[in-house]
This record gives sequence, structure tokens and C-alpha cells, in this order.
Amino acid sequence: MFRALRAPLAHIAAFIASLVMILPVYLITINALKSSPEASSMSVEWPSELHFENFLIAIEKGKLVTSFLNSLLYASTATVIATLVSAMAAFVMSRHRTRFNRFLYLFLIMGIALPVNFFTLTTMMQVTHLINTKIGIIILYAALQVPFSVFLIYGFIETIPRELDEAATIDGCRPLQLFFLVVLPLLKPVLVTAGILNFLNIWNDFMMPLYYLNSSANWPMTLSVYNFFGQYQSSWNLVSADILLTIIPVIVIYLLGQRFIIAGMTSGSVKG
Amino acid sequence: MKPMKPYPFYFVIAALALYVTFFIIPSLAGIAYSFTDWSSYSEEVSFVGLDNFRTILSPDESYLSFIGNTLVFTFWTIILKTAFGLGLALLLNRGVRSFVNGYRVLIYLPAILPTLVVALIFRSILNPATGLLNSLLRSVGLDGLALSWLTDPAIALYAVIGVDSWKGIGYIMVILLAGLQTIPRDYYEAAEIDGAGAWAKFRYITLPMLAPALMIVTVLNVLYGLRIFDIVYALTNGGPGYATEVLSTEIFKAFSKGQFGLGTAISSILFLILVVTGYLVIRVMERQPDRQ
Repeated sequence: MFRALRAPLAHIAAFIASLVMILPVYLITINALKSSPEASSMSVEWPSELHFENFLIAIEKGKLVTSFLNSLLYASTATVIATLVSAMAAFVMSRHRTRFNRFLYLFLIMGIALPVNFFTLTTMMQVTHLINTKIGIIILYAALQVPFSVFLIYGFIETIPRELDEAATIDGCRPLQLFFLVVLPLLKPVLVTAGILNFLNIWNDFMMPLYYLNSSANWPMTLSVYNFFGQYQSSWNLVSADILLTIIPVIVIYLLGQRFIIAGMTSGSVKG
Repeated sequence: MKPMKPYPFYFVIAALALYVTFFIIPSLAGIAYSFTDWSSYSEEVSFVGLDNFRTILSPDESYLSFIGNTLVFTFWTIILKTAFGLGLALLLNRGVRSFVNGYRVLIYLPAILPTLVVALIFRSILNPATGLLNSLLRSVGLDGLALSWLTDPAIALYAVIGVDSWKGIGYIMVILLAGLQTIPRDYYEAAEIDGAGAWAKFRYITLPMLAPALMIVTVLNVLYGLRIFDIVYALTNGGPGYATEVLSTEIFKAFSKGQFGLGTAISSILFLILVVTGYLVIRVMERQPDRQ
């Protein structure tokens, strides 16, 4: 009796859990299409009329085009920098296991646990003339992603046979050629994983711009959404439209790359 | 001709330079500056010994309660995320046989959303008068449970804990599910032949085999909980009063007020707590490859 009921009951439980998890995204989606009074209570009801113009108003009033391009710029360039320098470092530290490199590896991945000291970091950003600049936030983001990227890629490099390095070196490959022409293509799966995770982390981050970007012209999506919310708190339809535009890229990347994301999230924690 | 060394040190330099410049130097300098009266009001910085730490640890100030809130937040989010995450992982591992990946994609969704956005959505859902949660509670006759979630000092911290747990459950579930999938089926079959019930199988096979994954999950949650910022900042900004103030939101307030010396001292306390935890993380992660 219980065994026969087990599968349907499990499905019901999993279905309810899924519903609870996606409800907020559903709320945002339908309320982004409502009129302002109808959206005021953010209810689950379907809109009586579809107001697609909310998106245009949010884009115009929230200056979302600039913010979108900023987010895209920060997330993509910092991701490329962080992933590349981490792959190079991880490659050498993983292949050339001296005592010193071992220490260096542990020293680098310790950053996964360390908090940022915002006060002295401010001074560092001022000294290097990087504060309140686009290039500054990109370099900062790249630096912040290094520890986890090194950790992720280091583990993967062990799966690539060393014989390839030897063969390439005997054939006259210089270290840079060996890395870029032979090793890098083989690292593709882990680079995609690290790339997606870095991109999402940076796209979703709110704290660095809050501390280090004063000028609204440099704001990414998260900061401009927060500011927009402050101004239009009573118009939940516009706030919802703004939020939806911020999370659509995240959801698209998630749906396309979820296998890679889950691979990255679970690597290191549960190697079989 | 001798073949050249294929693993030159200069490959490490870029990553190391970024890390040292933006992580290590500021952190070490921060420890030095936490013994000063550094502020935005004056050019001069003078040594004040342990004054900042005395202020933070003084019972007349509220800083100890911020440390307390941070620990309460960390403790309860670990309990909730692990309990629900484990429950859902077990459900997806053995309970449902079809559409497993679909459920996993949906349940993991909140984990990839920007924390700020989650906080804003929940400010609407938890609105005492018009919010979805209270409307739902009233519609089923539970008017007594329709509370002022984010504005009542007695429950605001728990509301924040609830929202953060909701966001993090999927992440924990995914890690634990991957852990469950590494447990060989034969173990359960052998146990069944010996007449083991569901509880015995869970207690003597699942739990011990899952211990490393549970350990990782706990450590990750500790690191995350102690540093928590966005969700608190955007949900309550530490309020009402100081009811939900945690270390990182207080650090931001000290930053805005120009109290750099005091803020660095709070950061340094956080830094020391996390270095110890970080050391444990490395030890645990390092043990993984040997365990086959």
C-alpha cells in the first residue's frame, strides 16, 4: 500500500518545493505586466490588461541601457581576465609540485574564505587611481574571482595527461605555446564552468559598486535596480519590470549552462 | 640542447599579483590600521592601542549584539538549509524516478538570482498589509500568524534568516544530491537482504557516507553566514533599530560615517574568525582527492 503511494507522494512533494522556489520569479513576471494600482499588492492573479510599456518606462527612467552595458562589460572582461590568469597559475602549480608551489596554491585558495577589508582596499584603489573607474572595478572583480577559479581549474588539470606536455616540449613548444595551443583547448569544460560562475557572481554582485562606484554612469544593473526601487517604491509594476530585465540574462545563462554550474558547485565537495 | 622548463614561474605572477594587491595587502594593512584612530575627518592617523577593540567589546555599546546577530544568523541558516536541503536531496535521489533534473533546475533557481533582487521581491511578499504571505495566511484563517515580518524587532532577524535559507536551500541540495549519488546501490541492497528498515539504512549507510559532503556544506555555510551583507542590507538595512544589524552591515555604516579605524577593527575581527575557518576549509578540501 505505502509502496504504491510512494512515487506519487514524492512527486507531489517535489512539485510543491519547485513551486515555492519559482513563485517569486513568477510574481515578478506577471506584475511587470500590470498597471500600477493592480501591481500594488504584488498578487498572484493574472493581469487584467497587459502593459508591455512598463519595460520601456523602466528602461528609460532607470537608465537601464547604460547599466546593462556596464554590467555586461564588467562581468565579461573580468571573467576573461580572472579565468585566464587563474588557468595559467593553476597549470604551473599543478604540474610543477615543488614545496613552494604547494604553499602558493594554498595561499591563493585561502582567498575563498577571506573577507575583503573595504577600508584599506579603498586606499589601495586610490593609490592605484582605480577608484570610481570602470577599469578599476573590472580589475577588482578579476582579483576577487581568482581564488575560487584557481581551486576549480587546479583540480581539473590533474586529469590531463602529462605526456602531452613532454611530447609538445620535445617538439619544440615554448611554455606559452604549450599552454595556449595544447593545454588550454583541453581545459574547455572547466573553463566554461569557471567562466559561467565568475560571470554570474559579478553580474549579481551589489557590494563592490556600492563601495567603489559613485557615479551613476558607471553603475551596473544591481545598483541601478536598487536605486530605481528607492525612487519608484510605489510602482511595483515598474520595479518588477526593472528586476525582470536584470534577471533575464541570469536565467538564460542558468538554463543554458546549468550542467556546468552544477558541475562547478559540486566539484571539490564531492569527488567520488 | 636541453629541453626548456615547460612550467615557468611567470605563469603564476598575474594571478598572484592581483590577489596580493587587492586581498592580502589590504587585509594585513587593515590589521595594522585597526590600532589607530583613522577617520575621514582628519589627515592625521595616530596609534590608539586597543581602543577600537575595547569599544567593540564594551557592553555599553551595541557591537556585541551585532556579533551575536551574525552568529544567530549563521547558526539558523545552517540548520534550515541543511535540513531542507537534505530532505529535498533524498527526495530527488530515491523518491522521484522521473523529471529529477527538471525539479533540480527549478529548486536550484533562487540560488543563482542576485541576492539584492531576492531581497526586493521579499520586501513585497513580506509586507504586513498587502504582502502575499500575509494574504495567504489570512485566506486560510491564520490571521494570528500574519505578522509584521520585517518591522517587528522580535522577529525581523528570523524573517531575514527565512529569506536567506529559502535562497540557499537549492545550493545545499545540489551538493548533497551529488554526495548521495556516489553511494553505491549495492550497500542498500545488501542491507535490505539483512533486513534493515528505512531508518537503519539512513542511519548506518546514508549518513556516514554523506558525512564529508555535510562537512563541506557546513563549512561553506559558516563562511557565507559570517560575511552576510546583501540580504540584510536590502531587506532591513540592520533595522528596525539594531535588531538585524550584522558585522558586514555595521562595517558599511562605519565606512559611510568615516569611522575607518573602528571599521577596520571590526573587519579584522571578522578576518581572524574567517582565517581560522578558512584553514579548516583547506584541510577538509585537501583531504578529498585521497578519499577514493
